[in-house]
Parts: sequence; structure tokens; C-alpha cells
Amino acid sequence: MSRITLAKGLNAGLRKAMEDDPKVLVMGEDVGKLGGVFRITDGLQKDFGEDRVIDSPLAESGIVGTAVGLALRGYRPVVEIQFDGFVYPAYDQIVCQVAKMHYRSKGRSPMPMVIRIPFGGGIGAVEHHSESPEAQFAHTPGLKVVACSNPVDGYWMIQQAIASDDPVVFLEPKRQYHADKAELDETATPEPLFTSRVVRRGTDATVVAYGPTVKTAMAAAEAAATDGTSLEVIDLRTLSPLDMGPVLESVRRTGRLVVCHEAHVNLGMGAEVAARVTEECFYSLEAPVLRVGGFDTPYPASRIEEDFLPDLDRLLDAVDRSLAF
Amino acid sequence: MSQSREAFGPDLVEVFGPSQRDGGPDLVQLLTPEGERTHHPEFDLDFSADQLRGFYRDMVLTRRIDTEATALQRHGELGIWAQLLGQEAAQIGAGRALRPQDYVFPTYREHGVAWCRGVDPLDLLGLFRGVDHGAWDPRENNFGLYTIVIGAQALHATGYAMGIQRDGAVGTGDPDRDAAVVAHFGDGASSQGDVNEAFIFAASYNAPVVFFCQNNQWAISEPIERQSRIPLYQRALGFGFPGVRVDGNDVLATYAVTQAALQRAREGSGPTLVEAYTYRMGAHTTTDDPTRYRLSDDVEHWKLKDPIARLEVYLRRNGLVDDDFVADLKVEGDDLGHRLREGCKALADPKALDLFAHVYAEETEELRHQREGYAAYLDTFEGAR
Repeated sequence: MSRITLAKGLNAGLRKAMEDDPKVLVMGEDVGKLGGVFRITDGLQKDFGEDRVIDSPLAESGIVGTAVGLALRGYRPVVEIQFDGFVYPAYDQIVCQVAKMHYRSKGRSPMPMVIRIPFGGGIGAVEHHSESPEAQFAHTPGLKVVACSNPVDGYWMIQQAIASDDPVVFLEPKRQYHADKAELDETATPEPLFTSRVVRRGTDATVVAYGPTVKTAMAAAEAAATDGTSLEVIDLRTLSPLDMGPVLESVRRTGRLVVCHEAHVNLGMGAEVAARVTEECFYSLEAPVLRVGGFDTPYPASRIEEDFLPDLDRLLDAVDRSLAF
Repeated sequence: MSQSREAFGPDLVEVFGPSQRDGGPDLVQLLTPEGERTHHPEFDLDFSADQLRGFYRDMVLTRRIDTEATALQRHGELGIWAQLLGQEAAQIGAGRALRPQDYVFPTYREHGVAWCRGVDPLDLLGLFRGVDHGAWDPRENNFGLYTIVIGAQALHATGYAMGIQRDGAVGTGDPDRDAAVVAHFGDGASSQGDVNEAFIFAASYNAPVVFFCQNNQWAISEPIERQSRIPLYQRALGFGFPGVRVDGNDVLATYAVTQAALQRAREGSGPTLVEAYTYRMGAHTTTDDPTRYRLSDDVEHWKLKDPIARLEVYLRRNGLVDDDFVADLKVEGDDLGHRLREGCKALADPKALDLFAHVYAEETEELRHQREGYAAYLDTFEGAR
């Protein structure tokens, strides 16, 4: 048992996966000596060597494209995209090659690859360093997309993603890397990777979040409780496939749902969750499903990013509107 | 001319004018268009009679596959076909230089290389007919699936070569163990970022990969001048590895140069760019009309350099083939053509629900629901699945 940050949890998870399977490789920009710009791969090159922890040239399509070749040779590459906004040069390789190789080859060429992306804002960064591109990958058949929200999940989910024979886009809330600590029990049995989880029980309304907004939702639930409103909070964890079971079960009890993410609301994950809830439990709904997220603008300059990002007050405002409907 | 202009040296060498029309002075050639055997100080080999007859047979049958597939498209049996006419020597030379443990990443035009790897030619037709995205098992012949996105496979080849390095299958001196990878692409792909990034990664890691560029002069309607202001093989220098231009219509030279490049890679000396200088005699694909953008003069000029005709002249002149050999080969080609025609028409359409197969290694619950929902929907129509 030890108290760890998300960064430490991911680091320990990567280390464990590399110990367990010699075919696991880590590659990306600055992942070696430096240990990554967020230090997630700290110490790995020292212990596993330059052949398994590979500092790459500065070319994202090259990183993912060569990882495809390594996977075809039987390796399990874990690639790090340094920042969310830098994933786009690799978009073609991810969407046209990584996602389709298994389908194209009738299952003969699996793509057991993990694409780690630090995502989300709130760190006062310059442009391209605070984005939330998850819907673009969740929209792509052949990919699986998950987002961790806390240190313990980081530890387990990265190992589970690496063990998956399907390609997994693995989103890490960079704002949380070095924020909160949690108790890790390495002997525990983790929940399956592609499952959502109720992280706070409640009765009046359901809030669905993932990645960085789980913390926001928990804070909102705490604040609402002092006003006598009981919010249930669900951490989606998996964005593709969606695990709608816990969401539907919850909405059938509360009748109200607010979805919260940092990504733009237009055609975001919230739209998909809302559609599915409408399809599956229309008669349980007491109010329309509401979405709280980033506005449909490019990510703004950091001095006003708090106006772009959904925060506790905007989330509670949506809850109030839902309850008042 | 200003002084600063002069400071950069003389104008670029003439790249696309008459001096380069036949490949320029650096072109490696072992068999002239007239069928004369020539020699090269660096790239020369002794070829056995069997080897030479084998090259000839490979090229004739590859052309037959191409001709039959083109005809099948005209008859509506294929949706489209990417012709290789004129590029037989480049592909057979490159294909026959491989060892079993080497691995090939093709474009969608490498029918001759597929033939050399032992892929059933009938399997090539599936994706052009629309019954699959690639029928063969890449692991069986170390021959990847055709890649449609231009140049994407150059990175896959480089990554695969990095895997070979990590497996310790480079530079051991064991001819059955040391392996290399060939990345195929064309002159058009040389402009793609992925190809240039592959050059950088391969150079950086000294990966055992041969970049084999068939410069057939045309990227659909765009001539090579639109892609490059220097001969493509010279680009390699800027990336830090050697580049060679070989006569891509000369199967002997292509074999010799590719073999040397592969050996260099297997020994651990890193990547090489081979530019096979050739010409796309046909259309880009069966949907294309080259008369809209190029002169028949050019095509006539290249007809005189036909890869098969020049080898046949050499073989006949040296008594290595006779009329019987050629007649037997004709029969073999006819049989192959018959098999392709009948086999193509017999390629069954996939079943409707096959569209859900193999999306994931582990199918998701939601996809299973979609599949079952569509199955139930189809069941409301008689005989829909």
C-alpha cells in the first residue's frame, strides 16, 4: 500500500506492464532520459534500456506509423503523444491504419497498441496544449478509447490497455498528474477496463463525467449536498465502447441527467450519451438531458480558460435547470 | 545575376531534360534495351541460365495476370484494377532478391512482387472486386496487405524493421536469420510526409529497410517534375543514407541493386533508397484516361525499352530459350488466365452480416447489439441473409 499521484500510478503501471511482458515498448518524444515532459516514463529507460524505451524523432505520424510496424512484428508499443493538440499529424495513421488493420486483415494482423494522450486544460498553457480530442477517436470504429480520472485507475487501466489486443487511445487528465494522491493496493483486483463506475451515490439527479471533470463533478455533488440536493456521479472511464449500464440504471432512478466534459459540446461525448439515454429510458426522464462542456470555440488563451472550462458553478447551474424543469 | 545568387553555385543540373530522359549518367544497367549485356563496376552478378529463364517466366506471367485483370475489369467483374504494365522488371527484380525471412510492405500495384512471394494471384483480385480488403494472410508469405493510402506503409516497414533489430535478427552473419524489409512506393508518394518521416526514422535507428521507389514518371496525371526538382535517388543523401538509381526495366540490374541493398540492411548497415527508373505504360488505374495529359510519343519511346522484350532478345541470342520454351510458357499463361477468369467470377460476395466481423479482436457489446439488431431486421425480409 502506498499513497501515489496519477503520474506515479501511470509510471508504476507502465513499469509493471514492461516487467510482465518483454514485448511491451514505450516510444515517443522525450520519453527516455527526460522521462517525458510530465515525467510519466521517468526511470523506465534507465531500467529497461533504449531498445524498449525509445526516444523518437519529432514526428507524430512517424511515431504511430512505426508503432504499427512494430505491432505487426509482434510487439506491444505504448506510444506517448506529448500533448493532445499534437496528435493531429498522426491522425491519418491512427484512423486509417491503426483502427482498420484488424478489420482489413480479417483478424490476421491485430494492433495491440496504446496511444497515450495527456488531455484537457487548466494548466495555463499556450495554444494546442489543452485540448480534448476524444470524440474524434470515439467516432472511429476499430479504436477503443478510455480516460482515467485518478491515480489508482491510472495504475490499473494502463496495464489493462496494454494487455488489450485492440488499439486503445488512452487519455490522461494532465491537470491531475501531480495533484491529488490516493492509496494504491497493488494486490487488489481491478474492475474490467471497459466499464463505467458510480463514484458517488445519489438520488435527485445523475452527473456523468470522465477524466478531469470527475473531480469537478465530485466537488459539485459535495456542494449540492450542503443545499440538500443528492447527486449521483458516474465516472464513464470508457468512451468507446460506452458502458451505458450504470448510466441507464442511475437515470431510471433519478430521472435527470447532466453530462459534463471539457471537450466542445457540439457532437461531443455528451451528445452520444444523451441520445442513448433518450433511446433506452425515455419514459424515466423527468427533464431533457443537459450538457455542460467547453464552448464551441477554439481553446482560448489561458488567462480566460476558466471561462471555457466547465466548473463547479456551471455544472450546478445545469443541475438546477434540470431539477426546475 | 546577383552576387548572392552566384554564391549558391551554378544552377541545378538539368534534371528532366534530354540528358536525363534515359535515366541520366548514374543509371545502373546490366541489360540494354537492345538486349546487350553490360557490366557495372559496383553492381554486377553472374546469373545462371535457370535464373534468367526464371526472371523471364515471372515477367511474362505477371504481365498475363495484369492483362487478365484489366480485361476482367472491362467485363465488369472487377470494380477497378491498378495496372503494372511496363513495371514487370522492377517488381520481379525486387521480388526475387528477397529471402523468405524478409518482409514486404506493398502499395496496391505490387502484383509482380506478390507473385514472387507466392501469393495466389487470385487473392489479389478480391479487393479490386470488392469482396474484401485483402484476401491473403500477411504472415504466410511475409507480404503485407496492399495499402491504399499513399506512402503510409513506408512507416510500417520502418517500424517492422525496428522490430527485426529488437529481435536480434540483424548482423548475426547467419544467412537464414538476418532479415530486412522492403517498403514499396512510387514517385508520387515521395512527396508524402509519411515517406519522408520513414526516411528519418530509418536513418536515425539505422533500421534494416530498403526503400524501393518505382518512379514510373506519373502520379495519375502529374508528372515527376511536379514531385521533385532533383532525381529522387539523390534525396537519400539528405537523409543520411545511400540512394541508387537503377534501370527499372532491366530485371538483372534491379535484382542486383536490390540484393545489394537488402544485404546491406541485413548486415546492419542501415537503409538504402533504390529508385527504379521505369514508366507506367498503362493508365493509373482502369478509371484513368492518360490521353488527357500525356503524349503518345513518350509512350512509344518507352515501348522500345520493354523489360520483357529485351530479356527475350538476350535469352534467344544466347540460346537460353527456344521456341518450345516460349510456347510452353504461353500455355502456362493461358492456364493461369483461365484460372483467374473462372476464379474471379466464382469469388462469392460476403454475407451482409460479415460487415461486422473483425472490427475488434474482442468484439464490443454495443457492436454485438448492432449486429444482432441488423440480423433481426434482415430476417423481416425473405432470404436477405
